[in-house]
Amino acid sequence: MGIKKIKATVVSQDMLASDIFSMWLQVGDMALEAKPGQFISVYSSDDSKLLPRPISICEIDKENGRIRIVYRVVGYGTREFSGCKAGDVLEMMGPLGNGYTLKREKAILVAGGIGIPPMLELAKELDCEKTIVLGYRDELFLNNEFEAYGRVVIATEDGSCGTKGNVLDAIQAEGVDGQIIYSCGPMPMLRALKSYAVEHEIEAWISLEEKMACGIGACLACVCKSKDVDHHTNVHNKRICKDGPVFNAQEVDL
Amino acid sequence: MNTKVKLAGVELKNPVMVASGTFGSGAEYSDFVDLNRLGAVVTKGVANVPWPGNPTPRIAETASGMLNAIGLQNPGIDLFTKRDLPFLEQFDTKVIVNVCGHSTEEYLEVVERLADEPTVDMLEINISCPNVKEGGIAFGQDPKAVEAITKAVKAKAKQPIIMKLSPNVTDITVMAKAAEAGGADCLSLINTLTGMKIDIERQTFAIANKTGGLSGPAVKPVAVRMVYQVANAVKIPIIGMGGICNAADAMEFILAGATAVSIGTANFTNPFTTVEVIDGIEDYMRRHHVDDINQLIGIVK
Repeated sequence: MGIKKIKATVVSQDMLASDIFSMWLQVGDMALEAKPGQFISVYSSDDSKLLPRPISICEIDKENGRIRIVYRVVGYGTREFSGCKAGDVLEMMGPLGNGYTLKREKAILVAGGIGIPPMLELAKELDCEKTIVLGYRDELFLNNEFEAYGRVVIATEDGSCGTKGNVLDAIQAEGVDGQIIYSCGPMPMLRALKSYAVEHEIEAWISLEEKMACGIGACLACVCKSKDVDHHTNVHNKRICKDGPVFNAQEVDL
Repeated sequence: MNTKVKLAGVELKNPVMVASGTFGSGAEYSDFVDLNRLGAVVTKGVANVPWPGNPTPRIAETASGMLNAIGLQNPGIDLFTKRDLPFLEQFDTKVIVNVCGHSTEEYLEVVERLADEPTVDMLEINISCPNVKEGGIAFGQDPKAVEAITKAVKAKAKQPIIMKLSPNVTDITVMAKAAEAGGADCLSLINTLTGMKIDIERQTFAIANKTGGLSGPAVKPVAVRMVYQVANAVKIPIIGMGGICNAADAMEFILAGATAVSIGTANFTNPFTTVEVIDGIEDYMRRHHVDDINQLIGIVK
């Protein structure tokens, strides 16, 4: 049990869509401990880049000691990772954060954009009836891989697939319902889901992101506002890297 | 081989400590580092009451560095003494508590609360905080304010005091002499250099506070220069910091005049940095046939 910093070997890398990459990493025992909703910190091999890049875990293969990350190239670090080939070595720390608490109620998994990847392992591990609502700008990725785990509903901003609009539009158009929401995606989407959950009197678990430095709860860079005084920080802040990234929507102010 | 150094009568098993704010109160990093190996743990700054800190984003990466504007978020002295000090007491290392405040009274309240805490070996006073009563200029940017706050703290403190100097001044030796004149037992430098980063896609500041403190290897040459200048301007010992990533970096500071060194931003890049620096300093001493680290302090003139 515990967080480890290791040198992981790249098993494979594929491009799924424009700037969206999928990488399997050989991580040994770390795979045994990893849970859906947790993340890893991946380090650049360039010494002038000091901070690791937090990336959510997309899939866990405990048997073979592997984890998969699916990430978008947004800057120097992720561009460097996207150039890695099988056999290359990446330094990383993990598993980090709390992950989702798996419950048995009929679930709605809602994810948008690069918030989609962590939902895959969650969909796989959740043992319940579930609808998976995926929101994209235009180009789809990973959607086919969700088919095995539940009913998949798609929203695209440009209307090229599924409901034209956002995930909430798709939930309404497709008559999606459930007793619990698990979600990851952009802040406006999470805010809308929080309201939706309040309105429908159901639980909502959301995964937040923020610029991070240490990744282990020491530096207090990646905080979010909490409804109550947090027991650790003693102020209305929670640490996303350590207390999250998954929070009950009701305990945080978005 | 002797790696022990003394700061105002406090003996450290080696000259390696951590920079305030980069290591919490040690608990998170104790999963990676045996805290017993460190010369000292310097805690995150603590104030008289809990501080919520700044809005996010609080950090941004820069070339060989990072900007931070955490805003000294801290749980306040009550929870700190109940939770963090008992945790640190378990380890065979020196405990230095970093103290922050918006006014002299706020600093003194913390200093007095810590006076009877036997776990606390030294106090480090962060004078880069804005002085609310003086229109928000940092205490550390005005020599009169430096001397006054040092005197006030020294009068109440039961432990030796380290004044942590801001590099955001024209002449750091003026501030160092002011702290010495006020009765400081030690100096630590440098705190972060004020910087700014613009996010050109969002067309706004990369961090919510607009400005942040620059740290990391990018600031090291500035820090080494300032340690050298201060070492030649005052008689009290210096704790050097600013971009130290390895033992070679640490040795630059020691040779320039630092009695001890702090590891800061490098903890984020490599949580094992502190112990690697401790081992590396010993290797350096063997390689140079030096049996006492004290023989190396400030020998580059």
